[in-house]
Amino acid sequence: MTTLSLPTAVAGAEERPEIRPPSLVRASGTIVWRNLIHIKRMPEMLMDVTVQSVMFVLLFAYVFGGSIAVSGSSYREFLLPGIMVQTMVFSSAIVAMGLTNDLQKGIVDRLKSLPISRASVLVGRSISSLIHSSIGVAVMGVTGLLVGWRIRTGLAEATLGFLLLLLFGFAMIWLGIWVGSMMRTVEAVQGLMFTVMFPLTFVANTFAPTENMPNVLRVVAEWNPVSALAQACRELWGNAPAMPADAAWPLQHAVLMSVAWALVLTAVFAPLALSAFRRRSRD
Amino acid sequence: MSTHPAIEAIDLVKRFGDNTAVDHVSFVVPQGTVLGLLGPNGAGKTTTVRMLTTLSVPTSGTGRVAGHDIVKDPDGVRRSMGLTGQAATVDELLTARENLRLIGRLSGLSRRYVSQVTDGLLDRFALSDAANRIVKTYSGGMRRRLDLAVSLIAAPPVLFLDEPTTGLDPRSRSELWEVLRGLVREGTTLLLTTQYLEEADQLADEIVVIDKGTVIAAGTPTQLKDQAGRASVVVTLTDATDLVRAADLVRSCSPEVHVEPAARRITAQASGLEDMTRIGEVFAASGIQVDDLGLKRPSLDDVFLHLTGHRAEDTHGADQPGGKDAGETRGEDEVTEAVR
Repeated sequence: MTTLSLPTAVAGAEERPEIRPPSLVRASGTIVWRNLIHIKRMPEMLMDVTVQSVMFVLLFAYVFGGSIAVSGSSYREFLLPGIMVQTMVFSSAIVAMGLTNDLQKGIVDRLKSLPISRASVLVGRSISSLIHSSIGVAVMGVTGLLVGWRIRTGLAEATLGFLLLLLFGFAMIWLGIWVGSMMRTVEAVQGLMFTVMFPLTFVANTFAPTENMPNVLRVVAEWNPVSALAQACRELWGNAPAMPADAAWPLQHAVLMSVAWALVLTAVFAPLALSAFRRRSRD
Repeated sequence: MSTHPAIEAIDLVKRFGDNTAVDHVSFVVPQGTVLGLLGPNGAGKTTTVRMLTTLSVPTSGTGRVAGHDIVKDPDGVRRSMGLTGQAATVDELLTARENLRLIGRLSGLSRRYVSQVTDGLLDRFALSDAANRIVKTYSGGMRRRLDLAVSLIAAPPVLFLDEPTTGLDPRSRSELWEVLRGLVREGTTLLLTTQYLEEADQLADEIVVIDKGTVIAAGTPTQLKDQAGRASVVVTLTDATDLVRAADLVRSCSPEVHVEPAARRITAQASGLEDMTRIGEVFAASGIQVDDLGLKRPSLDDVFLHLTGHRAEDTHGADQPGGKDAGETRGEDEVTEAVR
């Protein structure tokens, strides 16, 4: 540290290297690369979508499954799309925690001091969270196959089901960015998101059909966007039980409704998220 | 090189609700010089730096960095400067090499250039051995060095350092100072905020003192010290029983004398080295035993006290007795020049 001649490449102002500010795509890509290294270095970050999800599959399939009657389908077939939907919904919590952590540690400040589009901070964060959740969906798919879940339709419908999951995950990410931009600590985000996410994913047809729920709860559950998505995936993958005739309208048009919900949620949360992030970024 | 100043703050104001954090701050930093932004916690130093580095949008006023307006051309500013924040903002889960690559690539450098300079930077900041270890395992000093290395990867002509040595041990601190001096020799302009008076004294060509969001003084370290008052001669006696006689002797040489019996110390206002020599001769003739006799010029700490009415919160390292004396003797010569 006492000999301090600069390597010529990092010398004074006159000999600066060529600087070509990266495009949104390249900057986002670099940030995704960085976020994926995080997952590699801390595989326990994936626990929420891997170990936990497998545990849920096994718990519901073997512990509760015997007591939950699903007409016209096996419970395990019914369960798998539900758990995958739950995982995608939780991607909002993953985004929020990642963003708050970066804000708190000053990483966002450092990124903002660079000649990149500020959107790339959010785009990079969103893409890596979708990858994170997709790893969970893949792990669950394999677990599902092992316990007897099958996709009984063609490639096109199967793919459409997964695309719907991703689209919904994308909508949930805006919620995550909104929450993440407003909260000061990761612990606060965790507390809030889990309080919201558990009822949201349980008061739905995720783990049990809605027919046997008390009246009010059944209406709430059937209008819950999570239910429409789970129903849509079940239909697209041939895992759907017979639909009771008195089910609410969204469940009767599940594929259409899950697309609509994703768009509505994006339309509501994207402006909130962007203004919260911008407000946090101005000060 | 063009002739615009490296950094200009022009009437910068930042309000958070009712609280005015920065209140009409202006200063100019010529190219290749070091400006020390000195002030206690909460004075508005960090907010000023955040505005100049485009992280925060001014409520009113503006600034220029390397000629680019911080409000109208933030991208131009971002291409021209490096920033080392208050907390070492390096990525804990990445290695040093990966941190350099991340910021290098996002700064708009080519992959080839980044890999060319990485080894040199790691070597320069004594991080070669730890290059492939994740930053979580680093000491505070190593993190700071990496933070600085990362800020330098695009060789910015202007570098902002927000309390670069906070939390460092004295050795790491002086090492970092050496690095910063090296950068200035290469032509980089530095703006550093600090609570350490000694740090500003050591590094800065010009100091801007801010308190409660406003600039309360500006000038070279010598000018500021001069503002705080005249020099004094300080005599420490060997034997407390000589105090009364000694005080009388000193009064014969100086109009204003202050006695601290517990410390066996007599302080006399003086105008320079001649006064000290005269008092020395008087003592030699009287036979009173003296432990120490010297000329004390006001330190930046005294300047701060004088300007704000309170001491800088953290005076750690500010009054190390060694090293100080040499600076003062040199300072003496500069005073006459600075007074103008």
